[in-house]
Amino acid sequence: MDVLTEISLYLQRGNEEKVSAFTRQAIEKKCAPKDILNNGLIHGMNIIGEKYKIHEIFLPDVLLAAKAMYAGMDILKPLFIKGKIPTMGKVVIGSVQGDLHDIGKNLVGIMLRGAGFEIIDLGNNVAPEKFVETARQENATVIGMSALLTTTMPVMKKVVDLLKEKSLNNSIRTIVGGASVSEEFAREIDADAYGYDSIKAVECIKKLVHQR
Amino acid sequence: MRPVVRFLSDTLIKQIITEARDILCKLGVEIHNKNILSLLHDYGAHVDRGGERVLLTDTIIDKALETVPRSFKLYDVHSNETHDFSNYNVYFTPGSAALNILDYATKKIRKPQTADYIKYAKITSQLNNIASQSTAFIPADVHEKISDSYRLYLSLIYCAKPVVTGAFTIEAFTIMRDLQLAIRGTEEELATKPLTIFSCCPTSPLKWSDVTSQNLIDCARYAIPVEFISMPLSGFMAPVTLVGTLVQHTAETLSGIVISQLTHPGTPVLYGGSPAVFDVRYETTPMGDAATQMIDCAYNEIGKHLGVPTQAYISLSDSKQLDAQAGLESSMGATLAALSGINNISGPGMLDFESCQSLEKLVLDNEICGMVLRLVKGIEPKEDFPALPRFEELVREKHLLISTHTQKYLREELYLPGPVIDRANRTRWHEEGGLTLLERAHREVEKLLQNYVPSRLSESVKKELTKLMTKEARKYGMEHLSSVNS
Repeated sequence: MDVLTEISLYLQRGNEEKVSAFTRQAIEKKCAPKDILNNGLIHGMNIIGEKYKIHEIFLPDVLLAAKAMYAGMDILKPLFIKGKIPTMGKVVIGSVQGDLHDIGKNLVGIMLRGAGFEIIDLGNNVAPEKFVETARQENATVIGMSALLTTTMPVMKKVVDLLKEKSLNNSIRTIVGGASVSEEFAREIDADAYGYDSIKAVECIKKLVHQR
Repeated sequence: MRPVVRFLSDTLIKQIITEARDILCKLGVEIHNKNILSLLHDYGAHVDRGGERVLLTDTIIDKALETVPRSFKLYDVHSNETHDFSNYNVYFTPGSAALNILDYATKKIRKPQTADYIKYAKITSQLNNIASQSTAFIPADVHEKISDSYRLYLSLIYCAKPVVTGAFTIEAFTIMRDLQLAIRGTEEELATKPLTIFSCCPTSPLKWSDVTSQNLIDCARYAIPVEFISMPLSGFMAPVTLVGTLVQHTAETLSGIVISQLTHPGTPVLYGGSPAVFDVRYETTPMGDAATQMIDCAYNEIGKHLGVPTQAYISLSDSKQLDAQAGLESSMGATLAALSGINNISGPGMLDFESCQSLEKLVLDNEICGMVLRLVKGIEPKEDFPALPRFEELVREKHLLISTHTQKYLREELYLPGPVIDRANRTRWHEEGGLTLLERAHREVEKLLQNYVPSRLSESVKKELTKLMTKEARKYGMEHLSSVNS
């Protein structure tokens, strides 16, 4: 079996050790790092995403696969210029001010990394200004905001308004999610997308990046 | 701890049994079968002058109860064990012998055809929470004289699971036995590894027809298990009170045990039934009624007290459509039945009392069964103590999604239903077509039909089954069986 296929298959099984071993083997065989990344690691994660969507596998399986992917990426990193893996785009994520719930936001982060995005995770209880400022400084394409509490949802609108105020809303797009958030709410506050789960969030962010 | 629901105290159970025995010994039971009357007479029972009513004795009843098996097993067409009817083990089987089917395309109730039956068997073969098949409905495109055996034939060809069935005539037993022998090879093998259960129904109040009682004897001769289906109707053909109905059910079922055990001691039986309260407004027999379901659970307790495995027609609905009433009645029945420990729970798929099967309801009910089977597993610690290390892990990792403990117990601890049960976020539900329950169930029906894989039954056995069935059909002027392609 082709070494990149081995990487993809072991990643799908969440086998960190094998993914690391085959990534090393691929490097020894002079495979281009970009090929290992795209046709081994990301290829495996894409299949995992599809299987998760149709309930063939469950969230823990996805997370184990993501963990295996990071193991491969750690080995690949030094081979890229300045040790930086080429990314699909840069996304700033965080749970909005007043909200300490971050498991949903963390899941989105894991999925985005798995899909090849660079993540700047601001954690929880993030002020609107902090979202906008970080995105601007880091030249991020998307801001992803999460809220569990209905009381913290208005913060999302503040971020969207702030971007408009600073005329950044065309260069920095927004996506919202979390248990209390809905598609209607996203429309109301003029956010660019709503991700009802982590896989959907990745799908939406890919579209937003592409539109830009 | 396995959760258990009980409706009767031990004292009340004993009193009901005493009263039922008193009725059998003083009022007697009507049996329209000379062989049985003669047998009972030989054992000391008094047969009245008219020659059909027989007064049992306590000695006869005790003798029967001594030999009735405390448990028995079922095996599929490949001789793999599928059922262990003992203690509080519960298994689901589709409701049987419906005259009609609910057609998805027209939304109308109509007579079923062979093609419908084949679809049913193919679907049932893939429903994980339904352990056996039943001869669920009666194809109307074959001669009525073979409508019982033909269902069994189709079931054995298309689905490996054991079959809950029954003969409509005395003559039909022979072909229904021969079909089973074609699969097992010998009478001994069939007796050792039962493949079917035959339903035998006394007529309320306290009567056994010639056909039913003869079927009972014939099954006993080949050690084919039977389930007694006593059907007292509270307030009509039985006392209006639940206790009064239970006395009648006990008397009718005990008389069945006497017939089977005196004919062939050790014949496996299920202490079953399909009693109902009588709806004095519509003149109907609601199976979804709470009191009906209480009678089922209560006679199961009586059966358990007597040491006999049990059965009931309980997880089904009186509704004519796959609607909220269908879900309410079926799930309440399934839940109560399983919590009571009714060993063989009949009903999935059934609507309109016991007269209409629905393939869409069957796949929905499979999910109800799945949830109920999880429910009766109860709550047990699984490496939960000491708790501290797990919580240290939670605080450290911020979640337990990929904890070794989660990976080990996720699939065992949580039942994840199929796509018929909607648990999607509202936006996702919209995106995926915003399908109604009925539409989702139909999509699942179509998917199962596409995914069907024929059973591993050898071609030579399938040919033998077809040869036997064709020969039987020819007796009634049918030169060829309806189109059957396995």
